[in-house]
Amino acid sequence: MRSFEGAIDADLHPMVPGLDALRPHLEPFWADSIDQRGLEGFESQSYPPHAPRTVRADWRPQGRFPGLPEMQAWLDKTGAAIGILNPIYGVQLIFNADMNRAFTQGLNNWVRAEWLERDARLRASIVLPNETEHAVAEIERLAPDRRFVQAMRLVMGEIPHGRRTHWPIYAALEKHGLPLCLHAGSAYRHPVTSLGWVSWYMEDVAAQQQAFQSAVASLITEGVFVQFPGLRVVLAESGVSWLPAFLWRMSKGWKGVRFEIPWQAEPPAETVRRHIRLTAQPFDAPDEAAAQLLGHLGSQDLLLWASDFPHWNYDGLPSLPPGVDREKFLRGNAAALYNRFERVPA
Amino acid sequence: MNMMLANAKPAAATLGLCDVDIHPRAPSRDAFDPWLSAEMRHRMHSYGLRPRHGYVRGTPFPKSQPLASRRDAWTPQGGSPASDLGFFREQHLDHYGIDVGLLNPLQPSGQGDTNDGFSAAMAHAVNEWQLAEWVVPEPRLRASIVVPYEDPEASAREIRKRAGDPRFSQVLLMSRTSMPLGNPRYWPIYEAAQEAGLPVGIHAFGYSGWAMTNGGWPSFYIEEVSEHATSCQSLLISMVVEGVFERFPRLKIVLIECGMAWLPSVAWRLDKIYPSLRCEVPHLKRKPSEYIRDHVWVSTQPIEEPERPEHLRDTMEWIGWDKILYASDYPHWDFDDPRLSIPNWLPAETRAAIYGGNARAVYGW
Repeated sequence: MRSFEGAIDADLHPMVPGLDALRPHLEPFWADSIDQRGLEGFESQSYPPHAPRTVRADWRPQGRFPGLPEMQAWLDKTGAAIGILNPIYGVQLIFNADMNRAFTQGLNNWVRAEWLERDARLRASIVLPNETEHAVAEIERLAPDRRFVQAMRLVMGEIPHGRRTHWPIYAALEKHGLPLCLHAGSAYRHPVTSLGWVSWYMEDVAAQQQAFQSAVASLITEGVFVQFPGLRVVLAESGVSWLPAFLWRMSKGWKGVRFEIPWQAEPPAETVRRHIRLTAQPFDAPDEAAAQLLGHLGSQDLLLWASDFPHWNYDGLPSLPPGVDREKFLRGNAAALYNRFERVPA
Repeated sequence: MNMMLANAKPAAATLGLCDVDIHPRAPSRDAFDPWLSAEMRHRMHSYGLRPRHGYVRGTPFPKSQPLASRRDAWTPQGGSPASDLGFFREQHLDHYGIDVGLLNPLQPSGQGDTNDGFSAAMAHAVNEWQLAEWVVPEPRLRASIVVPYEDPEASAREIRKRAGDPRFSQVLLMSRTSMPLGNPRYWPIYEAAQEAGLPVGIHAFGYSGWAMTNGGWPSFYIEEVSEHATSCQSLLISMVVEGVFERFPRLKIVLIECGMAWLPSVAWRLDKIYPSLRCEVPHLKRKPSEYIRDHVWVSTQPIEEPERPEHLRDTMEWIGWDKILYASDYPHWDFDDPRLSIPNWLPAETRAAIYGGNARAVYGW
């Protein structure tokens, strides 16, 4: 019996080896633009390609990014029954909205052709283009393929995730029963802190934790879950330990100034428990505090197991947080969230 | 929410109460004139403050109450909250039996102004004003050294000018600076503070000039308030990762009105990512959480409110009982009554430490 037999791995990263990989999946004009303009690739500062953290050393075959064979070997090793692909390739950084749409579509096409078609265990996020109308169109284009189980944006974008201009996207997701996944990373429209640019990559990694707090605050305060009661949001690579303290602060603020957001009729913590899930890699509390932290979360329903392959968060196999409900964590919570696992085209 | 409870003094007075967050307010902008040059007086009254946001009056996110203050804190004559020493003494110091109160002047202090020269002139004036109007007539009060932090060399000069004067208890910075506070450009401030043996108090507020979240500008005051926690997290991460505590091993940081329950989670997160990133930061010699444990204190208000009170106890335990300082935030609307905000189920000695013992230790009162 493998350690995670039958588990659902909620965060795997198919690594784009370079723009040439996307070329066959792009519209001809944009494929030509790679050479015409000398495009060098969209690797993002959120994951420097050569940083040890971006790809664990034993997952770099001959110093390259891992491909499908390495990911398949990893799935074989963990025993996961299903793995959800979150392609992280900095298409969100592209300023030209048409170019952003084109390369995002190309990325999604690449995932479908090179990954989903080649291993039945794999599912994927629809990477969303930046413009609202482009994002809605991409959801409509790919939602009929039930191997796409959610839609993904980077947690740090141009404007906060709750803002009304995004709402047609949420309407489309709710209609199709697709969760929104907010994944760590930035489109670098803003520095990664509210205090300006940082000196060290370590600060960039740490800043994800602040980004997720701000994203949840925005979704709650703008009333997204009031308007779209069927919408679920997955926070991927978010860490976990920040959530209770954030909710205590948010709920306290809500008691004092809820006149400002009258549509929010319940304490934010309750809305979060109903609508938001977190992938638990990295699980950022030490073992000796884990059981208390799980108590602070107030529910065993919130966490989804994820290996975060091939990012380097741990050596060997991931460990389970002490005190976690194993069945819910490895499979039950994800099975309850994603409604597309049992109806896969043959 | 802001009702005055009677007979406060006997219960609180036994606790040796220290309040590390009081906001004195000038009755008008003329108040600083005596300590400004003619040029700077002209600037103050012709152009006024020019912070890193666009409004001349008020704040980008309108507050929940006028001047963000308790409705009962206006003086009987209709003056602004905390603008009159007599009324302040009666409503706060005497009412709660506060032994020592630390002043943290907010705007119009000139901190974070886009004009460094004006900011430096105002810092000097505000420091003189604190002495003349508050600390000299009321010996229970201590002043903070307001510094023009966007000009660190001028800040260091202001600190050295006040060093050794026991009426000043800390160096005061705002949390939202134009660069993260660990950046080496700010190190002259820490060097001067360490040399003077003064803690650096960082109060949640100010305008960095950058979006208030790393994903853009929020819409609501409730977001602005909760985003203070994320800004403070970022500044602390910056101080740890840049190596401030390696370079200044005797530096003490007091986070004021920053919230506190997030502190363990930031320390854990840094510890968690450190092994995969230590090759980038060889200047760090210890685990990030150890720097935080040794160098950072927090104030209580606004204390987080879990659904179950024992969760707060877990969090305080993780932070360290010796690191938590009572603060009222007088006269602001989210003021914490000392008798109600510190959980009464804590052991008496723990409550006494939070009420005053810890502040006496860190500030040397």
